[in-house]
Amino acid sequence: MTRKLISTASVLATLLSFAGPMAAQAADPIKIGVLEDQSGDFALATIGKVHGIQLATKEINDAGGIAGRPIELVIYDTQSDNTRYQEFMRRVLQRDKVDVVFAGFSSASREAYRPIVNQFDGLAFYNNQYEGGVCDANMIVTGAVPEQQFSTLIPYMMEKYGKNVYTIAADYNFGQISAEWVRNIVKENGGTMVGEEFIPLGVSQFSQTIQNIQGAKPDFVVTLLVGTAQSSYYEQAGSANLDLPMASSVNVGQGYEHKRFTPPSLKDMYATVNYVEEIDTPESKAFVEKFHAMFPDEPYINQEAENSYAAVYLYKEMVEKAGGSTALADVRATLADGNLCYDAPEGKMCIDPKSQHTSHTIYLAHVNADHSIEFPKTWDDIKPYWLGDVGCDLTKSDPSDQYTPSHLPSN
Amino acid sequence: MEFLYSLFSFFYQFGDAFAFLVLSACGLAVIFGMMGVINLAHGEFILCGAYVSTSATHMGVPLPIAIALGSLAAGIAGMIVEVVVIRPLYKRPLDTIVATWGISMIVTQGTLIVLGTTMAGSGTPFGSFSVGDYSYSIYRIVLMVMALVTLAALWLMFTKTRFGILARATIQVPHVAEALGVNTNLIYSLTFGLGAALAGLAGGLYAPTMTLVPTMGAAFMVEAFVTVVVGGADIFLGTAPAAVVLGFIKASLTSWQGQLAGQIGMLIAVIIVIRILPRGISGKILKERA
Repeated sequence: MTRKLISTASVLATLLSFAGPMAAQAADPIKIGVLEDQSGDFALATIGKVHGIQLATKEINDAGGIAGRPIELVIYDTQSDNTRYQEFMRRVLQRDKVDVVFAGFSSASREAYRPIVNQFDGLAFYNNQYEGGVCDANMIVTGAVPEQQFSTLIPYMMEKYGKNVYTIAADYNFGQISAEWVRNIVKENGGTMVGEEFIPLGVSQFSQTIQNIQGAKPDFVVTLLVGTAQSSYYEQAGSANLDLPMASSVNVGQGYEHKRFTPPSLKDMYATVNYVEEIDTPESKAFVEKFHAMFPDEPYINQEAENSYAAVYLYKEMVEKAGGSTALADVRATLADGNLCYDAPEGKMCIDPKSQHTSHTIYLAHVNADHSIEFPKTWDDIKPYWLGDVGCDLTKSDPSDQYTPSHLPSN
Repeated sequence: MEFLYSLFSFFYQFGDAFAFLVLSACGLAVIFGMMGVINLAHGEFILCGAYVSTSATHMGVPLPIAIALGSLAAGIAGMIVEVVVIRPLYKRPLDTIVATWGISMIVTQGTLIVLGTTMAGSGTPFGSFSVGDYSYSIYRIVLMVMALVTLAALWLMFTKTRFGILARATIQVPHVAEALGVNTNLIYSLTFGLGAALAGLAGGLYAPTMTLVPTMGAAFMVEAFVTVVVGGADIFLGTAPAAVVLGFIKASLTSWQGQLAGQIGMLIAVIIVIRILPRGISGKILKERA
């Protein structure tokens, strides 16, 4: 009797051990960790990113998943707090054992979690526009960078309005490095910086700043303001009748200030975006419709929501090209020929193998007096060339560093 | 002429900083300065005032009435909080920190979940005027006037009305006030409600000029606490002079070196003041008088 039981058990065990790996391959989901701010100062701009990822996941799962495996999302709310990013990044990589992480809004949060991704040799997508320069094999960036946003925007503004420029920027790595880019481009184009002011995050009163700007008499103001507190600037500048054209790489496309403030406080704001919901192409319209079908209360679909949506598809493309493998070396190898592309709602996006950044269609969004948006100019297929030009080549070496115009690779 | 323009500009900026400090701090001066409750939910009473007044404006209520409604709503919310949460915690200031911090987080996140990430603003009224090369918002002059009106109204209330005298008596020596037939529980509720209503007033007044988001109260917190700590327990001898000193430092440094310098300068001034005057400006004045 006992013997019979044991032998039955061993047969079962043998059967299971054969079935095990096969079943795992067919049914085991691909896990995507999602760390985004769903509460706190940045929530307004980032809840849409989570929704973008959920929309893409639903579409992919309905169509059979990635290489036959469904996507499972592991979502944590990072509360606009850098230490939460570190905590949850460890958690998704160690405990939840996700295949890839989509994480981060502010550059401070990205720099907080990046060493942890390096430590566990994971793969993270940063789906946000930023100040550029991250040369790290463990990171893929789908957001736009300064050579895509500023080298288009600043010369346009200088030609249209004049050569005297005033920058107000959020006082942390994003604002400081972006302001450095603006300074360099203004200088290259023969202009003058008549003023520059860095505003601590969380400042909401701008009366004196507005007067400093009026005193310096610029032709236009570059606003690189981040977070909901700082966006009070527009209302206050509008009510003080500052009436200067503005240029930005973050506003409108990220915080949809033109929807939140009463016209005409954002009149003559120019922003270079790789996506906003007003873009009038059939692909964009279809995307907006799908988005609203799943999230009817979404206040605005910003460029980071589109980046996040596209990132899921780019990752799908990578895994399928790698024959279903999610190992870092295998998925990175698919980037090598520079042909890893996806037809996103904005247009074609391709990942550059040297920098692991993404090429974009850049739209110049101009806010009218009634806060409607027009697109006076579009630049197709702008490549993230700067890192490659200064010597970052992730196909050869991985410095895991962030370069800026004043901090270049040493070779 | 150029000099006069600059002088006006400086006074405008000083008035603006002063108004922001006074209006953010008044409610806290009552609740923290007078009653000794370290109210970390101060920003959420401001949020309440801002959201209620803006919703009322969207419904077509004229702005002054909308602001009064916002203040009233915050005051009622304050009285409810006092009865339900704060009452057992008088004389336990450290416990009030935890309790009010909890309220603050519940309200911020609750607002985010129920009302969403943002509320459309109502727009700043009255337009602008120019002096020399500079243009100014008229509404900010209204804010400066309102700061002075609030201080005057509070002074009248605490010195000339029966409620004011009972409130001061209750807070100074509660058991004697009680023995003399004062309903101290009611006085505590009303005083806490008054503090919350003042916070709501600040919210309502600043709502047209700011981004309306669930975390907006946080923007007032540093200025409010700093002003009350520098001022000490008395609103008129403390909060008002503290706002003058800090407003002056902030406005001069911000015009000279920008926002960062203004923030740093203000906080350094606070460190110096509490090092020299541990009980704040009013503590110093009252001690010398005694």
